[in-house]
Amino acid sequence: MHAASQSPWRIIYDLRARAIFYQIVCAASVVLIAYFLFTNATGSLARQNITTGFAYLSREAGFVISQSPISYQPSDTYARALLVGIMNTVRVSILAAFLATVIGTLVGIARLSANPLLSRLAMVYVDVLRNVPLLLFLFLWYAVIVTSLPPARQAYQILPHVYLSNGGLIVPALQWSQELTYISLALIAGIGLAFPFARKMRDKRVVTGVERRRWPLVLLAVIAPPLLFFAVLRPTLAMDWPEIGRFRIAGGAQLMPEFVALLVGLSLSASANVAEIVRSGITAVKKGQWEAAASLGLHRPLALRLVILPQSLRVIIPPMTSTYLNVFKNSSLAIAIGYPDLVMVSNTIMNQTGQAIEPIAIFMMVYLSLSLCISAFMNWYNARVALRG
Amino acid sequence: MPTRDRSATGQVDAIALESVHKWYGEFHVLRDINLNVRRGERIVICGPSGSGKSTMIRCINRLEEHQKGRIIVDGTELTNDLKRIDEVRRDVGMVFQHFNLFPHLTILENCTLAPIWVKKMPKKDAEEVAMKYLTRVKIPEQANKYPGQLSGGQQQRVAIARSLCMNPKIMLFDEPTSALDPEMVKEVLDTMVGLAEEGMTMLCVTHEMGFARQVADRVIFMDYGQIVEMNTPNEFFKNPQHERTKLFLSQILH
Repeated sequence: MHAASQSPWRIIYDLRARAIFYQIVCAASVVLIAYFLFTNATGSLARQNITTGFAYLSREAGFVISQSPISYQPSDTYARALLVGIMNTVRVSILAAFLATVIGTLVGIARLSANPLLSRLAMVYVDVLRNVPLLLFLFLWYAVIVTSLPPARQAYQILPHVYLSNGGLIVPALQWSQELTYISLALIAGIGLAFPFARKMRDKRVVTGVERRRWPLVLLAVIAPPLLFFAVLRPTLAMDWPEIGRFRIAGGAQLMPEFVALLVGLSLSASANVAEIVRSGITAVKKGQWEAAASLGLHRPLALRLVILPQSLRVIIPPMTSTYLNVFKNSSLAIAIGYPDLVMVSNTIMNQTGQAIEPIAIFMMVYLSLSLCISAFMNWYNARVALRG
Repeated sequence: MPTRDRSATGQVDAIALESVHKWYGEFHVLRDINLNVRRGERIVICGPSGSGKSTMIRCINRLEEHQKGRIIVDGTELTNDLKRIDEVRRDVGMVFQHFNLFPHLTILENCTLAPIWVKKMPKKDAEEVAMKYLTRVKIPEQANKYPGQLSGGQQQRVAIARSLCMNPKIMLFDEPTSALDPEMVKEVLDTMVGLAEEGMTMLCVTHEMGFARQVADRVIFMDYGQIVEMNTPNEFFKNPQHERTKLFLSQILH
């Protein structure tokens, strides 16, 4: 239509103009909503005489945290209390993600087993864990631990100086010193060293064709650095022996029932997800790949390792990322059973300071940034295993 | 103890099938199959789809299990003994309709994987062997590409080279040209003819009757899980004995 193309309204049919218009509308709505929320919140906070800002972080916290990977006293600051919360969250999440991966991979492979008993058992495991809410399992594991074990005074002594009670598992511990920190760091470095080392030995085995036992040398790579540090630093070793007191057991290192319940709950329920992901990843590889590997004389475990799993990883990694993110985010259910994670510590801070928005903002930022770190790492790994060609 | 099965000449047959039966549930796929293959013999198997020809050759390297009768490959009887199955598979190469190359490995790695991990060959030697066979199937220049970058015909030639790298005594071909574009069939068939001329023992499921005429010592026609007719190519094509063979040939030869 000639007339229409002349009209000033023809701009609404222009693709570029439309795109710019939608973007302006979108940005404007975000700014408006944010402005509304901000003025509304500051207004009502001012009306209720609630102070705002992050000044409270440097004040004394004044509350006890039942377990902490770093030293913490009630006289420390709120900032340190938050740090303890973050570390507790990260610690339980990493351990749970690791356990879930190991258990889940085994269960996933078991589900594909030709042995009907094994595959049925794995199926029941997955179905039970996937179809009951995690929160209920946390209550269950916590109740199982707390009600089935005796109070501290009648603690079971499983080994000399090792006590098991409803207060958790208590074992003798080394008295910590600066040197021990260095030695632990050396151990971590040793473990880090062992991976490329093991890989190198495998490559050598491929190049030469000579089969040699790998684990003694890998073990050496792990323990050599800490042993070296130990010999150089010569730390004084003193043990902290636990003793049964009137109400609790004093001294030693303690594994708390809240931590164990949360760890078990998180890792078992995530392992059911991992099992399904691994199973679907393996079945996604065509049957012909198994047959080609078999016809070349590769037995099943070798075919799984060299042919099937490298291809499954492409299918497995993306949903694994969301499983790990779920483990991390679900660790906030800790509050239900009293494990002092980031959310629970933040909750206490909110109660004590009367400031809600700032602690929530902090823990949301922490979850967001750590989740983005997990995603970034998994995306990097996914790109690494991606299929070329 | 592996069972030795000697034919009249005193030589061990490459393959011996004795009254082999197989069922998929209720369905009787293989009915009383008897077949002896001498060393260096080239056999072409044809027949309508569902006649059991693929199943039969897949039983020979135990990708499928038979339920009755005996299968003896190069003097080793196939039973549930995993060690023996692996032994047989090391000596029997197989080429599939859909190539089944490993897509995550380069062409060269596809060829060296089994020699390195199964035969414990040093990597350098394995690569030398692989290049030798890749040159023979006329694609040494593709060694560092991935399967997805190659045409169907090239992929199938790689699959043949990959099998040859294990230095097999017997080669099984399961419709190796059925999934190829017509213009690529010839390059694969040429490779197979070359292999036949070198005296490889070959069992080949195919409908390429020109190939059968050119290289086969015997042609087998299967239907309903049975070997209906077995003869030299000349007799088979000129003078088929059974009605079903005649019908089948009239349908595929135009």
